Amino acid sequence: MRMSVSLTVNGKPQSLDLDTRTTLLDALREHLKLTGSKKGCDHGQCGACTVIVEGRRINSCLTLAVMHEGDSITTIEGLGNPDDLHPMQAAFVKHDGYQCGYCTPGQICSAVAVLDEMKAGVPSHVTRDLEEKARFSTEELRERMSGNICRCGAYSNIIEAITEVAGKRA
Amino acid sequence: MKFDTPATTNPIDRLKVIGKSTDRIDGPLKTSGLAPYAYERHDVVPGQLYGVILGSAVAKGRIASMNLSAAKAAPGVVDIVTYENAGKIAKSKNHTAHLLGGPVIEHYDQAIAIVVAESFEEARAATKLIRVDYARAKGRYVLADQKGSATPPTASEFGGPPDTAVGDFDTAYADASFKIDATYTTPDQAHVMMEPHATIAAWEGDKLTLWTSNQMIAWAVKDMAETLKIPPAQIRVISPYIGGGFGSKLWVRSDALMAALAARVTGRPVKVALSRPQSINNTTHRPATLQRIRIAAEKDGRITAIGHESWSGDLEGGGPETAVAQTRLMYAGANRMTATRLATLDLPEGNAMRAPGEAPGLMALEIAMDEMAEKLGMDPVAFRIANDTQVDPEKPERPYSQRQLNKCLQMGAEKFGWAKRSATPGKVRDGKWLVGMGVGAAFRNNLLGKSGARVTLDGDGRVTVFTDMTDIGTGSYTIIAQTAAETMGLTLADVDVKLGDSSFPVSCGSGGQWGANNSTAGVYAACMKLREAVAQNLGFNSAETVFEDGSVRAGNRRAKLADAARSGPLTAEDLIEYGDLGKKYQQSTFGAHFVEAAVDAYTGEVRLRRMLAVCAAGRILNPKTARSQVIGAMTMGAGAALMEELAVDKRFGFFVNHDLAGYEVPVHADIPHQDVIFLDETDPISSPMKAKGVGELGICGVGAAVANAIYNACGVRVRDYPITLDKIIGGLAKV
Repeated sequence: MRMSVSLTVNGKPQSLDLDTRTTLLDALREHLKLTGSKKGCDHGQCGACTVIVEGRRINSCLTLAVMHEGDSITTIEGLGNPDDLHPMQAAFVKHDGYQCGYCTPGQICSAVAVLDEMKAGVPSHVTRDLEEKARFSTEELRERMSGNICRCGAYSNIIEAITEVAGKRA
Repeated sequence: MKFDTPATTNPIDRLKVIGKSTDRIDGPLKTSGLAPYAYERHDVVPGQLYGVILGSAVAKGRIASMNLSAAKAAPGVVDIVTYENAGKIAKSKNHTAHLLGGPVIEHYDQAIAIVVAESFEEARAATKLIRVDYARAKGRYVLADQKGSATPPTASEFGGPPDTAVGDFDTAYADASFKIDATYTTPDQAHVMMEPHATIAAWEGDKLTLWTSNQMIAWAVKDMAETLKIPPAQIRVISPYIGGGFGSKLWVRSDALMAALAARVTGRPVKVALSRPQSINNTTHRPATLQRIRIAAEKDGRITAIGHESWSGDLEGGGPETAVAQTRLMYAGANRMTATRLATLDLPEGNAMRAPGEAPGLMALEIAMDEMAEKLGMDPVAFRIANDTQVDPEKPERPYSQRQLNKCLQMGAEKFGWAKRSATPGKVRDGKWLVGMGVGAAFRNNLLGKSGARVTLDGDGRVTVFTDMTDIGTGSYTIIAQTAAETMGLTLADVDVKLGDSSFPVSCGSGGQWGANNSTAGVYAACMKLREAVAQNLGFNSAETVFEDGSVRAGNRRAKLADAARSGPLTAEDLIEYGDLGKKYQQSTFGAHFVEAAVDAYTGEVRLRRMLAVCAAGRILNPKTARSQVIGAMTMGAGAALMEELAVDKRFGFFVNHDLAGYEVPVHADIPHQDVIFLDETDPISSPMKAKGVGELGICGVGAAVANAIYNACGVRVRDYPITLDKIIGGLAKV
């Protein structure tokens, strides 16, 4: 079965005619040829496919493209490009917050959204008081970033990269 | 360039570019999502079809019948390839099991069919419509059950002979008054690199191109040629970006073969990625080990006897996990024995995973050293220091080229605050947490291998390096650019690096932490040849020529480097090859891991608080990327210590937890800030770069450091990895 769907991806309107089984991730990678979002597990277990939909980060492999009619989606390609990196991308380069690079777009999209979540006061598992605004800490960052697996083990550097960007904001 | 005498002063020693903590040159592409991985090459060939592999549902037996009709009739399906229509294919020597199974099935999830369709969704759905009837055979799936039937494997290039013996171990061990005899187990582990194996295959006449994800390009060509029974010259392999490998991509796997077969049958390019579950049972894993270690020592801590035996299993014709390798070399002791035994198991193929041999071997040995130190009432750092050796203890005529293990231990102890450690376990309390410190020594050999490169200088003064070397996250692009820039007197920005293409000169590839030293030495060799060509073109005496700041100077004559290529690009090609310095000297890398762990006094939950590695690994070409290699390996080692275990279904012979929910690896929340210190070291015996590997050193010994920290925290000694809370909690009440 096929259906058409209209999305806004990185600010650009896109209309696709898709097999309804197509995940948002495959719509991006195979149909729009935006291959920055990665397929690491296709099961929502690794976070490599993380994109920002309507301001919230999601695993794009766990959602069908046709469920996103009218949605605005930001992928890694929408954050910046090699000549004009987003501050989070630049911080990952500076702190060597990646090695093979395959989980990296997901880590970066997640990191950008995490800082927004903390700014908005969204609590996490390690937030001690749900009534209080979550305070920035490495413990909060580690908890919130734990849906993004990096098998190369760049975690220590990723946390430093995010902390630097958060510091710039504060 | 033949390297057969120790390096003297050379252009690399200027250290204007080499040795600097530069950002990766591939960083902007990777962080913006524009570095193209294998499955993403929409640009390289039009009309790509999608292939999805079906794996065997049984571990051992035969396909009695296959009914493809419903799958073939499914929407979008173009064709299906099985052993019946694949054409004549063989098994390469580097593969233990056939990449395409049928009618005989050798392991669970062995590829038995590929469905090719116009879309991924159609191909995936149609695989479910293939009806396979199997005649299941009885298999052997449990290492402990097969231990008795294990035999000495044949000697191998990497593992050496199965058994070694020096002095009289039995007598020395029997006569000793201080000794331990303990058995340790490590489970099967999965690489689970973030990018599952993937390939796009396209035929042009009888020529095959594979865009794939592979660590060893020349091996990929050779193995595909053997498998497809076509000449290697007809195969091109391209793999510029690799989403992690850790040994899993040393050899082509079923994605490459099935894509090639599917493309041949359909006459169109086909792209295939293994699903995450397939990455566990369809490919390779690090085999489980059973290890027995016996150590005897004098009261003063000197080891008098050391014995290490290891059992592992693999498919018929496979190889062992060489877990005793480091014990032959690491510590002094007059009486020694090691033994390696291999059982036959019908699990998926066992093979190399990051630091094969040493990683699981040190998980056992470095606990044993902790236990022996305790028995002697000695500090575990001091005990290791007391047993240093500057020669190969099995062949004392072979000195180490460099060995600064003691310095690593001493510096690490000082920086980590080791003096504050309580020698008695269970004494440090922080709220509900029991806190302890552990140490583990790291050891991994420096392997030498031929590596070639071609370099071109163009009229703009830019140098481009071409080599089939790969960058699996290790930083190859960057250190190769640094090498060329240093040798040619340029900046990093003046150098381009092209990797991972079999049309480029054959390199050492990525594996066994041999990539950095050998591949850069090959690039250095090619650049030295280019320097000669430059000098000749400019009419300079090449012996006196100095290359710096984009200029070439000899005596009082000076020219721009670009001038040498004014009438056309200059190209030079060479390779590094080695004499017998690797045989005359034992070349290894060393480190000391320090870990602080907290154990929940009520639940046994373990949290890592601090990690430090001090490494001595020759010249560090780029401290930033080298540090990342080490912290990454420390992370993988923490996973091995605390959570990683492929659970064997003992009835049906497969790994049950075949995804990233079931096979747990460390996440952000599991890993504290990590510190790495590199000792200032150059090793002129290793290569003109005076460098050694670091990519695997970081995983060696760290797991035992975690185990020892847990013991020091709570007094529970776990010898059966991973150290999950169920193995700790029973012992806590006694503390």
